[in-house]
Amino acid sequence: MVATQETVERIAEATGRYKYGFITDIDSDKAPKGLNEDIVRFISAKKDEPDWLLEWRLKAYRHWLTMREPSWAKLGYPPIDYQDAYYYAAPKSPEDAPKSLDEVDPELLRTYEKLGIPLREQEMLAGVAVDAVFDSVSVATTYKKKLEDMGVIFCPISEAVQRYPELVQRYLGSVVPYSDNFFATLNSAVFTDGSFVYVPKGLRCPMELSTYFRINERNTGQFERTLIIADEGSYVSYLEGCTAPQRDENQLHAAVVELVTMDDAEIKYSTVQNWYPGDENGKGGIYNFVTKRGACRGRDSKIMWTQVETGSAITWKYPSCILQGDNSVGEFYSVAITNNAQQADTGTKMIHIGKNTRSRVISKGIAAGRADQTYRGLVRMMPKAEGARNYTQCDSLLIGDRCGAHTVPYIETRNPTAQVEHEATTSRISDDQLFYCLQRGIPQEDAVTLIVNGFCKEVLQTLPMEFAVEAQKLVGVSLEGSVG
Amino acid sequence: MALLEITDLHAALEDGGKPILKGVSLTIRPGEVHAVMGPNGAGKSTLSNVIAGRPGFVVTGGSVTYDGQDLLALDADARARAGVFLAFQYPVEIPGVATATFLKTAINARRKAAGEPEIEALEFLKRMKANAKALGVVEDMLKRPVNVGFSGGEKKRAEVLQMAMLEPRLCLLDETDSGLDIDALRVVADGVNALRGPDRGMLVITHYQRLLDYIVPDVVHVLVDGRIVKSGDKALALDLEAHGYAQFAGAAA
Repeated sequence: MVATQETVERIAEATGRYKYGFITDIDSDKAPKGLNEDIVRFISAKKDEPDWLLEWRLKAYRHWLTMREPSWAKLGYPPIDYQDAYYYAAPKSPEDAPKSLDEVDPELLRTYEKLGIPLREQEMLAGVAVDAVFDSVSVATTYKKKLEDMGVIFCPISEAVQRYPELVQRYLGSVVPYSDNFFATLNSAVFTDGSFVYVPKGLRCPMELSTYFRINERNTGQFERTLIIADEGSYVSYLEGCTAPQRDENQLHAAVVELVTMDDAEIKYSTVQNWYPGDENGKGGIYNFVTKRGACRGRDSKIMWTQVETGSAITWKYPSCILQGDNSVGEFYSVAITNNAQQADTGTKMIHIGKNTRSRVISKGIAAGRADQTYRGLVRMMPKAEGARNYTQCDSLLIGDRCGAHTVPYIETRNPTAQVEHEATTSRISDDQLFYCLQRGIPQEDAVTLIVNGFCKEVLQTLPMEFAVEAQKLVGVSLEGSVG
Repeated sequence: MALLEITDLHAALEDGGKPILKGVSLTIRPGEVHAVMGPNGAGKSTLSNVIAGRPGFVVTGGSVTYDGQDLLALDADARARAGVFLAFQYPVEIPGVATATFLKTAINARRKAAGEPEIEALEFLKRMKANAKALGVVEDMLKRPVNVGFSGGEKKRAEVLQMAMLEPRLCLLDETDSGLDIDALRVVADGVNALRGPDRGMLVITHYQRLLDYIVPDVVHVLVDGRIVKSGDKALALDLEAHGYAQFAGAAA
């Protein structure tokens, strides 16, 4: 997908200006630091995108210039210099990759081991350039072939732009418009890649779709864009991320995920987010500003978000559902763990538009060390949402006496027949619970893991089975050193 | 060799709290069941908690030797893995953690410390079902979170079930009879009696003689105001039932 010289020339003609010489060198691997219209054009040209997409990116960029970074979240971090970041880098060549696990950070390997990740997967995750990885390529290929035969489209969004432009054009930005918010707008201007899924009418996708299978094609970078469409009567379960810690040289991440369900369709979207949280003081950790939103367009449709958030220094994320279709259902299940100096401001938005729409929110927050976290959730009942219902339950668990948990519910109802319930609790792991476990011979750290996994059970059990097992281990690893 | 040897044990509440144990000595040999009786506030529960290593107490003097080693030098979890089991007076709830999962985790913690492989799922299930049946614990209870929503009797039965599964060498039973009606008491006592054996020692703490009709002790100690004021055989318990603790009030001063 390397852009041709013609494309560059065409863009040059169209825009009539190139301040930077770099743009003529279309093979360069990296755009220079900073953000301006040329960088946006460069990214678009690199991907050989159609004009409408370039225009859309530019609209977003110009709008972004008029916006200000939001400051309402309960997060503290130094100002981000958006001109001091790279917005495009080509995939690393195999020569740059570590040759074997011996060259990989031992700290990372220890964590892989604790999570019980097989050696071959460890190599894959650490980006080791070895032949062994090819096995997984062939697995991925077989898997893709099977999906294609069923009519499911599952490919990088950049590929979808080329192969299914009408689908992408129809839905891209239809749930999260380019002007939505500071970070989503930035993403719209400079997104590099991400996943595209289309499930045809009436098909119940029998396999979990996982980014894991795209790991070799992956250079989604810090501005990932995902679009999933479930057509009438279809069902799909999508897994994002992986329990293994992921490092990235880019500190700023601003992804956008859009989901669309038609009549009777259902999307189940599960995330395990374990980006590098930084050192004990949060230094070097990822800033994760994500916009995830699903639209239940059709009647009786359903969107279910499950997230396990353990990584990143800063998490700003509110997977939401717009319940347009009558009787549509939105669910949000979340476990957020913050340890050391991590900060998370996360929650959901449930916008009830259609009649008899229902939503359910179960949020479990665990704070340890000096970490701070906030549940922030909006439930809005619109005037036509006759008989709509919401149930929200937010539980926070504190470990130690230097962390904080906050719950900020926003409830707006403009229909007298709508019902909204909100329950919240804050608790600590009691000394009695800990001693009870110790007295049975369970070491302290294992005891904390056990108790916290019990606390999160309701959410973890909504994950697909294998993921759930990994997530349980992850809970333990994330809380290491939090007690004693 | 004695299984448990307590010598002149002094203990107080942490942070300069008041002294509770003021020189307790007793020796339990393998196979023996000792009962500690005494009025409220005498220090009975403190004694079992200090042996088990519960935080909140400080040992200010004396020693506790278990199977030849200094028990007080071990952390609470290491004591448990060495074979010390405390059946709690008030077992705590652990929401979301199934009783079976909890038990398996505890068994595997022991095995791991001993350098043994984890217990086979099938073997675990078989043992758990057999023990549960003997104690009248319904299987549904094993799937429920630890002690959550259990009745008083269910909690005590679950404690004895754990004891049976973990096969400790020293069992500390802290007021296991409290909150039990007579039928439940009998079931729990039967469970405890089934665990009596030549290698195992027990320290049964109780306020009432009643429990000792079912779990017949080899030795009875009377604990008043942090000291053992009298030791004897089973008859001592009956004597206490008849005459109360008041007769020892002077001795405690």
